Amino acid sequence: MRKLCLSVVGMFLLCFGSHAQSSSSDYKNMNLKVEDVNIVSGYYSQTGNHAAVTGGIGNQAVTDVSNSIDLKLYNYDIFNRKHSYNIEVGIDHHTAASAQYVSTTGASRAGGTRFYPSFNWQVENEEKRTTFGLGASFSSEYTYHSYGLNILYAKRSKDQNREFTAKGNLFLDAVKMVEPSELRPATTPTIITSASRGHGDDGGENIPSSGRNTFDASFALSQVVSQRMQVALLTDGVVQQGYLGLPFYRTYFNDGSVHIENLPSSRFKLPVGLRLNYFLGDRIILKSYYRYYIDNWGVKSHTVSFETPFKITPFVSISPFYRYYIQTAANFFAPYGVHTAADQYYASDYDYAAFSSNNEGINLRLAPTNGVFGAKGFSALELRYGHYKQTTGLQANSISLNLTFK
Amino acid sequence: MKKALALFLGCGLLLGACTSVKPYQKSRLNDSEMQLSARRVEKTEMSFQSYREASSGANGGKTGGGCGCN
Repeated sequence: MRKLCLSVVGMFLLCFGSHAQSSSSDYKNMNLKVEDVNIVSGYYSQTGNHAAVTGGIGNQAVTDVSNSIDLKLYNYDIFNRKHSYNIEVGIDHHTAASAQYVSTTGASRAGGTRFYPSFNWQVENEEKRTTFGLGASFSSEYTYHSYGLNILYAKRSKDQNREFTAKGNLFLDAVKMVEPSELRPATTPTIITSASRGHGDDGGENIPSSGRNTFDASFALSQVVSQRMQVALLTDGVVQQGYLGLPFYRTYFNDGSVHIENLPSSRFKLPVGLRLNYFLGDRIILKSYYRYYIDNWGVKSHTVSFETPFKITPFVSISPFYRYYIQTAANFFAPYGVHTAADQYYASDYDYAAFSSNNEGINLRLAPTNGVFGAKGFSALELRYGHYKQTTGLQANSISLNLTFK
Repeated sequence: MKKALALFLGCGLLLGACTSVKPYQKSRLNDSEMQLSARRVEKTEMSFQSYREASSGANGGKTGGGCGCN
């Protein structure tokens, strides 16, 4: 009898205990939790002699320091769907040697700051294998403001080996019409002398802006090919309308006259990319990427990149990488002093020139189970260095650091 | 445009060669280095490439708009 009583009490405690645990677990799931926090910092330095501000000649030196913090939170609703909230705030500060020549005297300020917060929400339904998301972004710098919205839908296959993602992006941008000093209409009611907030300006309230709208439909299909290989096919259809140039970029004609660059007011871009990753043996991974790009401005390009992470230990990897890029010139591009008065569109911005580039470097990743440097919660550290060289003579170095906390 | 179509067709053939992989067989595929998206730490590189080159997109990053880039 005693045994029977003890068994009944034991079963009751077991049932009660498991029920209490389940309730507690459900309650916990509905609370907002931090999934991870990422801090990304980067330094970029560039040299060259084809500055667009001075019509395709002149010092192209740029430095940029960027910092962003990305906070990812999640919880579950009463239908057991996972909600993710991504809050990102970024701030960049740059200096550009050419920007001081927005004023012919070189008196303009050469630095500027960009601030860009964003918020994204996603809800994932495990049962239906679907994800739906919405997001908004904002970007602000002295000559440029942008408001962005996005919508996302993703569906996974039953065996979890395939995923299709569709994303729509809309950017509503405004370009402040800061023109070179010698080309500014005499009626302009301002005394702006800078492409960035600087000497002698009035805060920019009286400078007119021009609109630029971008619509992007983005599609991705990822597929597991085997136990060691997976691929992703990516494409974007991008339509841009409005003022697509920058008002302080000069173009010098063959008759010696100077003009503000004049680009078409619409653009359609179609990039198609393929990523293929293969785990070779137990320590080496081969990551490859190819992209073909075409647009209606006459630019066609090929991009190929390879990265080979080598796992020194399961938690430490070192990855050399290489990227090759080649593009044709846009229809309206010509160097300094070549355009004629008969040209409808004209620019001497070397970003639209025909060139090829090489980018090589190395990536270090540390992700020990007991935390980076033994610090609990400091889950990963990545450090990346790259050297970039164009056939136009432009050279750049970049170094980036990503710290992940969980 | 023909090249883009050829890439699509090539991918179609690759997808046709796929085998079904069970969750317990995905230890290598789930490795953090096997992710099909760009690394977060690549943000600086992808940003300056979108400024300094006329092409962008199909890499999960910027495609134009949102900044003074091409």
